[in-house]
Amino acid sequence: MSDPVLQLSHISKRFGALLANDDISLTLGAGEVLALLGENGAGKSTLVSILFGHYTADVGSITVFGRPLPPGDPKAALAAGIGMVHQHFTLADNLSVLDNVMLGSEPLWQPFTRRSTAHARLQAVAQRFGLGVDPEALVGRLSVGERQRVEILKALYRGARILILDEPTAVLTPQESEALFAVLGQMVAQGLSIIFISHKLGEVLRVSQRIAVLRAGRLVAEAQAADTSQAQLALWMVGHAVAAPQRRPAQTVGGAVCVLDDVSTAPARERLLHASLSLHAGEIVAIAGVSGNGQVALAELLCGTRSASEGRVQLLGQPLPPHPAQLVPLGVARIPEDRHAVGVVGDLPVWENAVSERLRSPAFSRWGWVRRTAARAYADRILRAFDVRGGGPTVPARALSGGNMQKLILGRALTQPSDKAIKTIANDAVAVPRLIVAHQPTWGLDIGAVAYVQAQLIAARDAGAAVLLISDDLDEVLTLGDRVAVIHAGRLGPARPASDWGREAIGLAMAGITGIADATAEAHA
Amino acid sequence: MRLEKRSQSSRLALLLAPVGAVVFTLLVSALLVWWAGADVAQTYGLLLRGGFGSVFALSETFTRAIPLMLTGLAAAVAFRARLFNIGAEGQLYVGALAAVAVGGLHGGTGFDLPVPLLFGLMLLAAALAGALLLLGPALLKARLGVDEVVTTLLLNFIVLLLVSLMLDGPMKDPTAMGWPQSVALMGELELSKLVEQTRVHSGLLIAAALAVAVWMLMKYTVLGFDIRAVGANARAAAFAGVPVTRTVVLVAMLSGALAGLAGAIEVAGRTSYLTLDMSPGYGYSGIVIAMLAGLHPLGVVAASVFVAGVLVGADSMSRAIGVPTYIADVIVAASLISVLMATLLTQYRVRCK
Repeated sequence: MSDPVLQLSHISKRFGALLANDDISLTLGAGEVLALLGENGAGKSTLVSILFGHYTADVGSITVFGRPLPPGDPKAALAAGIGMVHQHFTLADNLSVLDNVMLGSEPLWQPFTRRSTAHARLQAVAQRFGLGVDPEALVGRLSVGERQRVEILKALYRGARILILDEPTAVLTPQESEALFAVLGQMVAQGLSIIFISHKLGEVLRVSQRIAVLRAGRLVAEAQAADTSQAQLALWMVGHAVAAPQRRPAQTVGGAVCVLDDVSTAPARERLLHASLSLHAGEIVAIAGVSGNGQVALAELLCGTRSASEGRVQLLGQPLPPHPAQLVPLGVARIPEDRHAVGVVGDLPVWENAVSERLRSPAFSRWGWVRRTAARAYADRILRAFDVRGGGPTVPARALSGGNMQKLILGRALTQPSDKAIKTIANDAVAVPRLIVAHQPTWGLDIGAVAYVQAQLIAARDAGAAVLLISDDLDEVLTLGDRVAVIHAGRLGPARPASDWGREAIGLAMAGITGIADATAEAHA
Repeated sequence: MRLEKRSQSSRLALLLAPVGAVVFTLLVSALLVWWAGADVAQTYGLLLRGGFGSVFALSETFTRAIPLMLTGLAAAVAFRARLFNIGAEGQLYVGALAAVAVGGLHGGTGFDLPVPLLFGLMLLAAALAGALLLLGPALLKARLGVDEVVTTLLLNFIVLLLVSLMLDGPMKDPTAMGWPQSVALMGELELSKLVEQTRVHSGLLIAAALAVAVWMLMKYTVLGFDIRAVGANARAAAFAGVPVTRTVVLVAMLSGALAGLAGAIEVAGRTSYLTLDMSPGYGYSGIVIAMLAGLHPLGVVAASVFVAGVLVGADSMSRAIGVPTYIADVIVAASLISVLMATLLTQYRVRCK
């Protein structure tokens, strides 16, 4: 390794009682990919935010190319050659690629923008690193993979020599991820240095030379990628061995619970086109696909927040009621994709969020008055049964960590209101939900919480629930799904037994390359 | 200089914030008083005595607080659901119009109904008039996404012209010698005085009772949950099964009704007839009061007494020394800004570099 281009020395940062970064020292060499591995809340984001000047470290210093970096100044970080590609893109959809790249890189008092110069420079940068994008294309029309390239270009255009990528593969297909890795290889070959943040063990081993593992704010291990293994990394990350969920196929598959028959939704950002699917009691049907291909439409349709424009959706032989307040009492458990924006009302206390779906049931309200004692007791039961930690029932829900918030949502979806239903679980058909719609249920959770959520879904399936799992995570789809279907451009392929799919075949179907023809054939059969 | 989110608001900061806000307000206003050439201590002393210093001062303050309380509640419930009703002024006037239409027209016969029934009918008509005036903007917002700030604000001017039309036309008081004022309410419909020889009337009890009722509604009912949930996060509320459109419409009806009642109670309690200058902007002051109260219904009671006290106190102070009554507006405005700033500072810290 040559001289370090970046040196973090003894960085510590405290937020109230939480020590987010505890005496972290790291170096990054020229032409090196360093992976920053850790669970959610391990301190990766805080560390990178300090590096990029969003936060100021309480203790410690940063040296870039031998010069000290002034703390708390993103402009200085940019000027020093640090570029950041955020997980959530910071692009303006209604502007062209070139405009997005130029945005903020020109002085304000200059009367005209120098588009042609910028155009040429952008082309040069793109060519050098193999990042082909049409500079005049509207960003809103680009695919997610292309947008990510624009983000990277934006950083490179500003002369970044050190690139920080925050969970870059979370939004990509396996093939797009491969393309990204190729680009990273090219950049490293030209002497750029990369910090690659992830919690996916496989790809960390695949792309990086060196891996630094963070846990609870501390740097617990550093290793050469060649000298370590997935199992070793997982152990470092979690601090104890975590049993990966075993594939346990469904035992007894019952009758159809929910049937989609040639269903389309009205045109919107995402829509379904002639989708047919049947979900049976006691099985998990997993939907794979790159996000943005109609998963939202499918999930919202079954969650009661979107209606079908064509075709029929039936729940136990009856038309599916188009409103959440009517769905929940029928035994539909719903886990939305975005827990912060849709799953909970962050400003309201945890207990009100726990009871919100069922507030209108006679168990929790009478004559429009909330039965607070019953509601609080129900919330307490969920918090205990699902081990929701972080302040108790009266704190605002936004104060919960992602994992605890998801446990709260899972708990309220899976817990029936009356104590009576719990006692007579064996002979009360509604005690276990009939249908569980889980959209990205483990997204952004740490390994422990992921295992917990997955185990709950399997347990509910074994108790006889029909589970629809929509996930971007192929590992999750293949581990949990009894049957797997792929969605692409609003068209839902046939749900085949998981064992019939190979990784490669799913990847291709996710890219829309095959499977469309036989999907539509089966839908119309 | 920039703001950084605090991970936790300290208890001390939460307690000190309002104190700091008051001190800051008094300092800013003192600067202006000093500029006007008056003795600061004397001015504040007179202002305090004029607003709260005697039975008469208190009675005037409470009288002024009654409509403010109701328009404050109207703003507080609507804002809680993120329905930005800027039209309380117009709703107050249509409420007053409806009250006069029920209790004053028809040659003062009152439909030959018993007085308690007629009184109830009068309040109902006022509430309904206010509610219906806000219904349009609420439906436009819910169905078509039309900005309610614009529609409710502009309706205020339309209503004022309507009032002017009625005062010169169907509701004109023939004995007013050409003054634009409406016929008076029947004497039996006027609200009784709470204290002899003052103007403070039993509308105060109605307003306070409504504040308690609104507070209970927000805290203990399903509708209250719906309102808070829709205001805090409409998407999550819809996902949880809250009927969002219906909630917005109901909250609009409630808000409009409260403002409409302010008009009826003002007519029945204080003026007994309607004029074009009956409200010196009570509807707009209600917004300030709701913000001062942090949208809390019981806080509205305290905030409206504070604002009324400052307004009344400034009137009496300016008669004694040469500081214009506008100082009251400055104090109210400065207190609003400093309360908002203080709340911000409990959540964020300022970092200087």
